[in-house]
Parts: sequence; C-alpha cells; structure tokens
Amino acid sequence: MQKQQEQQTRNCKKINVYGPCANEFVSSNTGSWRLERPVVNFENCIKCGICESFCPCNVITIHKELKESVEIDYDYCKGCGICVNECPKNCIKLVAEGSVE
Amino acid sequence: MAYKMLDGNSAAVEAMKLAKVQVISAYPITPQSSISEKLADLVADGTIKAEYIRVESEHSALSVATTACLVGVRAATATASNGLALMHEVVGMTSGNRVPIVMPVVNRGIAAPWTLWCEHGDAMSERDMGWLQFYCQNVQEVLDMTLLAYKICEDYRVQLPSMVCLDGFFLSHSMQKIDVPTQASMDQFIGPYIPKNAFLDTSDPMFICDLTSPDEYTEMRYQQKKAMDNVFEVFEEYAKAYEVITGRKIQIMESYKTEDADTVLVALGSMCGTAKHVVNKMRAEGRKVGVIKIVTFRPFPFEAIREALKPFKVIGVFDRSAGLGGQGGPLWSEITAAMNGLNADIRHFVGGLGGRDVTETTIEKIFNELLDIQSGKSLNHTQWIDTKENAMTLREVTVKC
Repeated sequence: MQKQQEQQTRNCKKINVYGPCANEFVSSNTGSWRLERPVVNFENCIKCGICESFCPCNVITIHKELKESVEIDYDYCKGCGICVNECPKNCIKLVAEGSVE
Repeated sequence: MAYKMLDGNSAAVEAMKLAKVQVISAYPITPQSSISEKLADLVADGTIKAEYIRVESEHSALSVATTACLVGVRAATATASNGLALMHEVVGMTSGNRVPIVMPVVNRGIAAPWTLWCEHGDAMSERDMGWLQFYCQNVQEVLDMTLLAYKICEDYRVQLPSMVCLDGFFLSHSMQKIDVPTQASMDQFIGPYIPKNAFLDTSDPMFICDLTSPDEYTEMRYQQKKAMDNVFEVFEEYAKAYEVITGRKIQIMESYKTEDADTVLVALGSMCGTAKHVVNKMRAEGRKVGVIKIVTFRPFPFEAIREALKPFKVIGVFDRSAGLGGQGGPLWSEITAAMNGLNADIRHFVGGLGGRDVTETTIEKIFNELLDIQSGKSLNHTQWIDTKENAMTLREVTVKC
C-alpha cells in the first residue's frame, strides 16, 4: 500500500537552497482521477486474493477473517478495472463515480 | 611556483589537477581532445585521484559531471564546438540546479560548414544559459582564470557553473612558458569541495530537478539572476586573494593604453594579444589607439564598460562570431546596450571565423577605419573586415537549364 511519508526528512538547521528541489514528499490523491470505481459483491467472494495480486497500484488488501474481505484504498485506486477482469467469481463491478455513496 | 612549458589544454588540465577534481567525465573533440587524454593519463598514473567515467557523448559527459557534483564532489569536464552544442540541454540543467562546474570550452566554430578551428560562435550560442563565461587572452590566463573560476563558482553567493573559453589552436595548442602555483598554495586557496546548495545524501533524501509550476519558475530564474549580480563582487574579492598568492592580477576587463586614445577596439580572447601589439606599433607611429579586453562576458560588466568607454566618440567592437540575423554580433549588442544614451558611434566588425587568423593587418585596418571615422575623413566601415571579395563565387557548377 502506498503511504504518504509521515515526517519531513530534514531535521537539522534550515537553510535556503536555490533551484528546483523537493525535500517534503507529499503524495497527491491520485484517486481523484478516477471516473469509475470498483465495487465488490461480497456474497460470491471466495477471498482468493487474485484482485490483490493483479492490482497495478497495490491498493487492495485482503482480510480473510472478515466478511467484507476486500479493502480498496480509494485515495489511490485509479479505477483501471483490472481487478474486475481478473476476479474468477465476477464479483467486482465498475460503477460510475458519484452514482453510489 | 615553478615554470612549465604548457599549451592551453595542458594549462586547463593543470588547473583541474591543482583543484583536485574527484570525478572526470570528458568526451574528446578537436581541439579539446588533449584535455580528455591528459586527464585520463593523470588518473591512470594516480596523479589525480579521481574517478574517470567514460561516456559515449558530450550530452552524457556533462550529465555525469553535473550529477556527480550533486552528490557532493568536485567534478570536471571540457568540450568544444559541436560537443558544446550537443551538451546544450544539460547546460541548462547544470545552471538551473546551481551546480558550480568549471568547464574549459575550447572555442571552435560550429558546423556547417565543418571547421576544426577557432571562432567564438560555439560559446556565444550558450551565452544566455546561466553560465559564467570567461575569455582568455593567453595560456597563463587559462590557468589563472580556471583556478579563479573554481573559487567564484563555488562561492555561496554565486553557485553557478562557468565556461573558461580558450581559443582553439591559438591557445589550446600554443606552447607558452607558464608560472604554475604550488599545490600547497592552491590547496589553501581552493580547498576541498564543500557543497553549499542542494545535494543528494541517501540518509537525508531530496528530489532535485522536479517539475516546477508557473507559481515558482520565475522565482527560481530570479535566484539565478541575483547570483549573476553577485559575481563581480566575488570576482574582485578572490582576484585580490589570488594576486597575493601568485602576483598576477586577473581583471573582469582590461583597458590597454586607453587614457589618451582617439579610438578604441573592444574584443575577446586571444586576438587581444595581437591587438595590444598593433596598439604599440601604431602608437610608435604617432597614432593614438587603445584596446579594451573583456574577460567576463557573462555576466556582462556593463557598468565598468560604460565607465571605460565614456570618453570615446568612436568605438570599434570585434566579434569573432557571425551573429547571423542580428544587427551586430553578441559583443556589439552588449556594448551598444551598455552605452545606451551616450553619444558614441559604435562600429561593428566581424572576422576571425572558422580559424581565420586575426592578423596585425586586419586589426590595423580596423584602427585605420576607426581613426578615419573619428577624424571625419570617412563615414563607413567594413563590417565583415577580413572577408574575401570572391565570397559569392566560391563554387561554380554546371547545371542543366
């Protein structure tokens, strides 16, 4: 799972440096690009984890012990739909952004 | 101090050796080749304790040197002509990221027509890229200016790269007796490389050269402009320190016999030596002429120039580059801008292109034309001063009609 770095890495005295550089690593919310989001129907899910292993953005986590076993981090999911194609039980669907809560 | 017989390229190498460069990445190109070869020899025999990285082009050579500097070491490269043109993209990276590399540029004309020989057109093409540019008159100046350039560029008030320009063959391959400072004195003067701006440290990561929005781009250019403004102050300061060590005075620009002169010629590079000789000769015959040699072309010393040229009504400017499509060459444009508002007749001369020697005769012809204009005998000058009359009929072929 991609995570925003928690703290600024420079901790000694502050100086002005010139030219283009970044020392605060702020990840932007790439999930905002998404037009359609994957939604899981947990009735048919067999918790196989195939969606997790195929996700190119590494935003899916499987919780085998839970009924709602597939957790998707919508902050970074771009809605590519690869999980929808790969799910062997066809229990993931893409729905248009804004059409569901 | 010790005297050595060195050509311009060896003097540049000597300076890099004295500055103890740690990473070298140079791609050979005539007339710079002997710089990369000598550096390779000195690394191979252990005289210079540096990493010599072999690359496949000048684009890579400057990329390696720039990025090496960004991990906190003193890096070196050198080039000429079309090699400099190939570096163009990286030239902007070096200055924009504020990497203080000192790069000898052995001036050679840019193709086409292919030429191997001296002209300032290559360096002039890069004049607005945020690098300092110093033009040398002789081999001693190549050594002195390169050493001084390390101090100026690496100062926290500057943090910009520089090109030390030496005329191809006229300087690069001309053997002269050179006074070389001792390693100990230069260790004290230049010292080890200490990064003063952004650099990469794996234990304290940073991303250099990221995409910059319109919100900050102007400000980063302004930072470079402010650094350029600081150069003269820094130059004077270190030139004084260098004079104490070596006894040699390095100047931003030099006025030669201008005090009582009727007219002056402004020029860059090795031809200033010839021009000084012609001044002496003409003065012996009673004609009062002078020369202004500009060493620092970037940043351009417009205030000092304006002050030096103020007394003159007729001024000649010699460009060793064609300045195609402009009203005059780059040096003439700068001088004219510096003299804005003053009532001076500034005449523009182009010559010495593609290795054509700027001879005594050429310079004397220029001075005579300037004196004639000054005394009202003539109105016109010959802009392309050393061009042959058959220029438009050089080649003739038979074609079917």
